Amino acid sequence: MSNTNPLDSQIYRFVTRPRQGNDPRSASLLADAHTLGLTAVQRLDCLDIFFIEGTLAPSQVAQLASNLLSDPITQSVEWGRLLTGAPGSKSPGYHVIEAALRPGVTDPVAEQIVRSASVLGITGVQRAAVGLRYEVYGETLTEDDLLALARRLLVNNIIQHFTLGEIEPAFPQAAQASGQVEALPIRSRSDDRLLALSEERRAALDLAEMQAIQQYYQAIGRDPTDVEFETIAQTWSEHCVHKTFKAAITLTQEDSPDASEKTVISNLLNTYLRAATQSIQAPWVRSAFVDNAGMIDFDDEFEVSFKVETHNHPSAIEPFGGANTGVGGVIRDVLGVSAKPIAATDILCFGPPDLPLDHLPEGVLHPRRIRSGVIAGVQDYGNKIGIPTVNGAIVYDPGFTANPLVFCGCIGIAPKGSHPRQPLPGDRVIVLGGRTGRDGLRGATFSSMTMDGQTGEVSGASVQIGDPITEKGLIEVILRARDARLYHAITDCGAGGLSSAVGEMSSQTGAEVELQHVELKYPGLAPWEIWLSEAQERMVLAVPAENIPALRSLCDLFEVNITDIGAFNDSQRLVVRYAGQVVLDLHNEFLHNGIPQRQLQAVIRTPAIQSDAPPGLAHIPPTNANHPPSIRSIPSHNPLSKMLLSLLAHPDIASKADVVHVYDHEVQGATIIKPLIGKMNDGPSDGAVLKPLAGRGRQAIVLSNGVNPQYGKVDAYRMALSVVDEAIRNAVAVGADPQRIALLDNFCWGDPKRPETLGELVQAARGCYDAALFYQTPFISGKDSLNNEYLGADGQRHAIPPTLLISAIGIMDNFEHTCSMDLKTAGNPLYLLGEHQHAWGGSHASLLAQTSPTQGRPPGLPQQAPQIYQTLHQAIWRGWVRACHDLSEGGLGVAAAEMCIGGRLGLNLVLPDDDPATWLYSETNGCLLVEVDASHAQHFEALFSQLAIRKIGMVSSQPRLQVTCLDELAPCIDIPLERLLQAWKGDSR
Amino acid sequence: MSLNTPVKALILHATGTNRDLEAARAFEMAGALPEIVHLNQLRRRERRWEDYQILTLPGGFSYADALGAGKLLALDLQAFFTEQVTSFIASGKPVIGICNGFQALVKAGLLPDSKHLANNHSAHRQQATLTFNANGRFECRWVHLAPVSPHCLWTNGLQEIIYCPVAHGEGRFVLPDPGDAQQLAQQNQIALVYAQADGSPANGVYPLNPNGSILDIAGICNPQGNVLGLMPHPEDHIFPFQHPRWRRGASGGLGLHLFQNGVNFIKQ
Repeated sequence: MSNTNPLDSQIYRFVTRPRQGNDPRSASLLADAHTLGLTAVQRLDCLDIFFIEGTLAPSQVAQLASNLLSDPITQSVEWGRLLTGAPGSKSPGYHVIEAALRPGVTDPVAEQIVRSASVLGITGVQRAAVGLRYEVYGETLTEDDLLALARRLLVNNIIQHFTLGEIEPAFPQAAQASGQVEALPIRSRSDDRLLALSEERRAALDLAEMQAIQQYYQAIGRDPTDVEFETIAQTWSEHCVHKTFKAAITLTQEDSPDASEKTVISNLLNTYLRAATQSIQAPWVRSAFVDNAGMIDFDDEFEVSFKVETHNHPSAIEPFGGANTGVGGVIRDVLGVSAKPIAATDILCFGPPDLPLDHLPEGVLHPRRIRSGVIAGVQDYGNKIGIPTVNGAIVYDPGFTANPLVFCGCIGIAPKGSHPRQPLPGDRVIVLGGRTGRDGLRGATFSSMTMDGQTGEVSGASVQIGDPITEKGLIEVILRARDARLYHAITDCGAGGLSSAVGEMSSQTGAEVELQHVELKYPGLAPWEIWLSEAQERMVLAVPAENIPALRSLCDLFEVNITDIGAFNDSQRLVVRYAGQVVLDLHNEFLHNGIPQRQLQAVIRTPAIQSDAPPGLAHIPPTNANHPPSIRSIPSHNPLSKMLLSLLAHPDIASKADVVHVYDHEVQGATIIKPLIGKMNDGPSDGAVLKPLAGRGRQAIVLSNGVNPQYGKVDAYRMALSVVDEAIRNAVAVGADPQRIALLDNFCWGDPKRPETLGELVQAARGCYDAALFYQTPFISGKDSLNNEYLGADGQRHAIPPTLLISAIGIMDNFEHTCSMDLKTAGNPLYLLGEHQHAWGGSHASLLAQTSPTQGRPPGLPQQAPQIYQTLHQAIWRGWVRACHDLSEGGLGVAAAEMCIGGRLGLNLVLPDDDPATWLYSETNGCLLVEVDASHAQHFEALFSQLAIRKIGMVSSQPRLQVTCLDELAPCIDIPLERLLQAWKGDSR
Repeated sequence: MSLNTPVKALILHATGTNRDLEAARAFEMAGALPEIVHLNQLRRRERRWEDYQILTLPGGFSYADALGAGKLLALDLQAFFTEQVTSFIASGKPVIGICNGFQALVKAGLLPDSKHLANNHSAHRQQATLTFNANGRFECRWVHLAPVSPHCLWTNGLQEIIYCPVAHGEGRFVLPDPGDAQQLAQQNQIALVYAQADGSPANGVYPLNPNGSILDIAGICNPQGNVLGLMPHPEDHIFPFQHPRWRRGASGGLGLHLFQNGVNFIKQ
């Protein structure tokens, strides 16, 4: 594309305009502008711009305009040669802002324009670009207003450039492939200069690591090339190697009587997470902590895989692209275990949507904008690639303002034993999928650093936009290649790009790669950029030479790029060439095992607990019920009702229907317990159940999650216990067999170099271990994202609350034994199962009552919980249970209200004593509300006779929630269903 | 045709198609022999149009919906297959376009009526469009569909309301002149409309009518009645347990009947 003749090649500019005034896209932007306080904007029209460069006859330009670039019914189109410097403004009060993608940002539409022009028989098109034109009207608008509108709403500087007036497209500069490799003198550097080099190249390596590199090169008698240094930095990054979880941690207990008492943990991952799995020895676990995703048995024929990743840093600076590629990345993880992706999950943590603008740290996007961008990014990728998004959560806290969290999960299914894992010497190194550009350079090290106001500008290249349709092509090709047994190993290109993918695959063998064979998006990339690029939608396969023709023909059919870049061998070395010249030559042993173990200090602060106590002893007796928040201080004629309605309206608890409906949760036809459920399809399901089309039997997959940063702020250990419990409880509530549930951990934390922060991480890992053993649920996969901190212009550190996401995957043998949370039939009794713990620490009631969050601890694990779940599962299996819902944020009151909403029925609750606030709004683990078929009530009670069970109410045909205290006549709460609905749903439908 | 000869349904796969497996499953359940065929296999003549009795354009995001949903698949149909598709339709064989497939049929000028040719006569002229939902958002939710055309072979004889999900961002059916919609209605070309649970009209009320289509149009057929295009996904409700309220004992409204109609039309 660089060989255009400037004499006959022209850039044409096309603008399409909706024919009718009521364009939804423009209307929604105008509303957003007003929300941002830009009320001087009276009208805003959003138009599409296309730029096409080529040698074209006038009739061809007209044909492109009318047949390709516009819809004849709804749009008009105007076009002409690109004129630079056109003012754009036509009359007073009327202004134009135009935006276009920065050069090199993935632009699938532009690629389709070039392809489709040739379908139309127009061969002279060389390249294309797209942009957006905003026609803004406002009598009093100033230039400052327009700049604010552009920066705060219309344009993201990271991926777009804009101008007031007409814009020119920015194509990547045509440059000669440099082939340039730089040697980095390292052997004689002082410690200070070693650290300076790490900083200069944004390598995020510490002194010990830099010294290890120095020693290696001193021993082999040369200096590293830039390709080698960057490769080591990526391979040794927190993101790739999880060095904090593998560090040697010296632990001290704050306020310990013996201050010299220290414990050393050699490896958090092995000590707590892997250890739990090894100790439980579940026979149905097929792969834990080994592959790109964890795997468990599904039925006799299939196994399922599950992986959850985070994409926090990229989402902070470019929410759409960050979330978009987060989804794309985790789908590739599942594809990387040769499985068909069948469902996606997403759990999102944002700053408060109503954060005042002047509270926003410099360089940080407003939480509303991050939220809408992230949700649009998840929607775009999942919907387009055809994978249903079936489970998730959204929580808000000021701690996530600068560091939003985006957890993306993907579930896959594959025939048992169909995933090959070992490349053989002689196998070709094959790259499938997207072409390589400068996208996402140094993403792995970027994600391992604290961000500041400059991060967006410096790391702009780390952000990518996804191309789900290219990844869809990968799915089509790889599943067929797997069934034809065409490859010996496969992995995805994630952080670190080819360096990490090829490096990992050849770590037991060796490989040679020629970078000049890699297909590029545009020329001019230095060798290290090609090798490290995190361009999306690529997979690396080890393919025996004799299978290449078959793989090529599959790629040809599905229009997927395939490139042979080298071969695996048994040299135990990784050798990379560019145009024949060796640019990297490293021993596997050094690259993969040469990283020194980090030595870290952790301090455990009180009020954390001695967690080596056997699980179950963490249970706190109800007498230790701390201090209820001063609910009665809330002004209202009925503080109890007011609290319930406020809880239902809290953004963490309120209906997520507006988000659920923009995700396709039905594609693939397997979602049999849906995210919204009940009489009007709007109740909040505890989990999702999938019955995959592939499975021939009655087995089904259950998905659920637990996350609670409010608990994390108070007590990381208890948070871990609680979120493990909640994930399991949610799964059991919809029908999972408690003995067939596996867990995934995702730790999102601040900077682990701070001993207190690391202490909390240790406590959470301990909590995972204790809870996993308590419930006998193994961990099969996990991931950590550390350094979620933001260094503000004020010099203050803004760290996230310690946040642990536990995702649960359960298998049930018969999908008929599922259960939903909506009340079914008036007259049925309602039971409270489990020991209610009356805990207030980190509760949403405390949050609303603005009690100090550290007042009291979050709940622990009630001793009977495992038995309760097992017994409940039996009752569901016998068909006695009509509805079942877990008690989580907002406690029993919220759970009961949600059950009423789901079934559009009423409830009469009778509380055991005269402390309704505690029963209704304190929080607890291990408890569920269960509607039981009246004709089986006796059987049900008998089944639970040795366990904590309390008949607490009755389903009523009167559409109201009534709560009465024992021995009192008048209800303390009596709220019509309509009011509950209004509080919980707002305007959403 | 002999009862023993399988009815072969071509499920057309283009880059970005993603509900092809569900469509195949629906046709299998309806008694046909579905085959997912990539557009490139037809271009290379590895598969022949005339070997199939039913043509299905399934849902998905062909070419990422770039430049408008279904637009570039429509362009492929016009550029490579105008003759084959025209003769498939003219022969009276059942053709169904679901969601993205409907968008492609409309943008290729094959619906509402393939008799209008473009100026250069090389392809059909686009007479209507499917554009962004009135609320500007993608919508995945369950809708009730009333089959209202006795004329369309796919909906003919269906008594029951179909209950199935929509999942689209560009599903609002638009005609150049609103009066054209009345004409479609008079010609029995409106095959399926968004309705209330009891079958009474949605009357444009969101979310019963999820996208703001004129006259609650969810699906239309050609004047001959053999080509149906619809936005919702009847292929996602072919088993009772896919019903959102099967745990409440709800049943019925299966989309399967639509596919059975198409297959039975060939078998009879």
